[in-house]
Amino acid sequence: MSRPILEVSGLTMRFGGLLAVNNVALSVQPKQVVSIIGPNGAGKTTVFNCLTGFYQPTSGVILLDDEPVHQLAGHEIARKGVVRTFQNVRLFKEMTAVENLLVAQHRHLNTSFLGGLLKTPSFRRSEKAAMEYAAHWLEEVDLVDVANRPAGTLAYGQQRRLEIARCMMTRPRILMLDEPAAGLNPKETEDLKALIALLRDEHDVTVMLIEHDMKLVMSISDYIYVINQGTPLADGTPDEVRQNPAVIKAYLGEE
Amino acid sequence: MAKNFKFAFFSALLVFALAVPVLNLRLTLDGITLVVTGASAKVQWSIVACAIGIFVWQLLRDGIAGLIPQRQGPLVPEGVSNFLTLPSTQRWGLVALIVIGLIWPFFASRGAVDLATLVLIYVMLGLGLNIVVGLAGLLDLGYVGFYAVGAYTYAMLSEYAGFGFWTALPIAGIMAAIFGYLLGFPVLRLRGDYLAIVTLGFGEIIRILLRNLTEYTGGPNGISGIDKPTLFGLSFDRRAAEGMQTFHEYFGIAYNSVNKVIFLYLIALLLVLITLFVINRLLRMPIGRAWEALREDEIACRALGMNPTTIKLSAFTLGASFAGFAGCFFAARQGLVTPESFTFIESAIILAIVVLGGMGSQLGVILAAAVLTLLPEVAREFNEYRMLMFGALMVLMMIWRPQGLLPMQRPHLELKP
Repeated sequence: MSRPILEVSGLTMRFGGLLAVNNVALSVQPKQVVSIIGPNGAGKTTVFNCLTGFYQPTSGVILLDDEPVHQLAGHEIARKGVVRTFQNVRLFKEMTAVENLLVAQHRHLNTSFLGGLLKTPSFRRSEKAAMEYAAHWLEEVDLVDVANRPAGTLAYGQQRRLEIARCMMTRPRILMLDEPAAGLNPKETEDLKALIALLRDEHDVTVMLIEHDMKLVMSISDYIYVINQGTPLADGTPDEVRQNPAVIKAYLGEE
Repeated sequence: MAKNFKFAFFSALLVFALAVPVLNLRLTLDGITLVVTGASAKVQWSIVACAIGIFVWQLLRDGIAGLIPQRQGPLVPEGVSNFLTLPSTQRWGLVALIVIGLIWPFFASRGAVDLATLVLIYVMLGLGLNIVVGLAGLLDLGYVGFYAVGAYTYAMLSEYAGFGFWTALPIAGIMAAIFGYLLGFPVLRLRGDYLAIVTLGFGEIIRILLRNLTEYTGGPNGISGIDKPTLFGLSFDRRAAEGMQTFHEYFGIAYNSVNKVIFLYLIALLLVLITLFVINRLLRMPIGRAWEALREDEIACRALGMNPTTIKLSAFTLGASFAGFAGCFFAARQGLVTPESFTFIESAIILAIVVLGGMGSQLGVILAAAVLTLLPEVAREFNEYRMLMFGALMVLMMIWRPQGLLPMQRPHLELKP
């Protein structure tokens, strides 16, 4: 086993009297697909929110490449290469698909005021490169035909794909997908599976997944964490988790 | 019918509640005391008639609506509306406007040119506020504060340091930007309504500060005798000050006071053109896209590694700097600044220009600035009801064209394989 890219220990999140996440530990290996599963309300999304800086965890340590990041704000963590999607689609709906992708490259562009005002060669180069990168990913997720349509008018499955492409614009190291298959039909779910595999295998991205579609989770995950009522229940490879009596009990109820 | 009856009753009541204090009660001066008197019987009867009219209309609305054949489709045909909102059409519209704007003043009357200069000031203010409200989605009700900062910067520089218009112009812009930046820091944590209230307060604070710092700003009397702009050192006055030359002497033409007005107009036009150019570039720059993205979804922006505070702050600062330029020009044109030029109503008018024009659309803002500045001039006899007309215009706009007069479509980006 190589060194984990993300190491979480003792992660606890308390909202007043409610213990939403209790002592969760994760160890994520680079270039793997790691899933977090659990019943509704188990605290999976809260874990994501803590990892990406949207919540400040009550206690616990989050190490990204051995560097503690749990004190940082959301955009600072994103700059370190941890990028996420949300349960509901959060595209910039009135902007076109390609503009969505350009916005996400904000940090990698020439943002100098004078440069843009005078259209200096370096500004043009940077804009051109951004456009090419966006075009490349539109092709990758098969959205070239709708590049100039406002994102809000795309079909639901297309919006989901565009969201993943938008995340890729930031050149992430860890991509966190919060229920990416929710609302997709079986064909689209298959495409999503292929896309996630492509991200991991071709683009060296570590993917963390929250998902309820067990078929998808079991077929693509390299490692699975199970959380129930905020508390870690089990972890292991898909086969191990499938046979774990505690998991079966939590999901199917007592025999 | 019962529901209609209730609604009709309250509508009629509302007419009374609004019309009686506004139209019926009049304050008249009797010696040194104010006396409240009722209006003439004619006015009172017309209020009653209006109330009854509203009552009947609301009661029978469904029935009447059935009698009138419904017109299908929007006010403007789909094709025309689409064509008008295309970015390319709007660009050509702008070019045409600029050419007309350059030639027209030489054939127009002095009053018309002067009025057009005022329109241009509002265009500049509208375009600047459009960055903050239309693009970045930050509701700023104290925009006039930055306008005041710009105006007083030039007034004070001219009064105490003898600066000319052209040297003071960038300084005024920078000063307004600094104020925008300083205000933005604490305020931009707030959202929506809260932001609006705080900015509203800021605008008022600036005005009150200007009125009370009598030692420096002249208090309620303001600062007068501000120098007019010069053309490369050529003044447009009848007689030049010590060591200066006048425009008409230099070119050997007869003195004509219209020249000064046209010159001011052309400066305003130049400033508007620069503003237009800068904003047009900004829209196509990463920062412009970031503003729009922030307006649509702040959380998504953060998740993509963009710092919302810096982006908001840049919008606020840049928007303020345009108000600073406009303020500087305003001071030069009037030759006099007083705190009363920068009341809340100015902020409201500028905001109305942005909303009326269509958020984010530049041609729309120009059109709206023209309408809102010219309307009170054209309808001078309705001066008392100016605010009423404003309100009515806004309500009608919200019903028929909530997207503004001329909203802009998104630019089409070419993907090259």
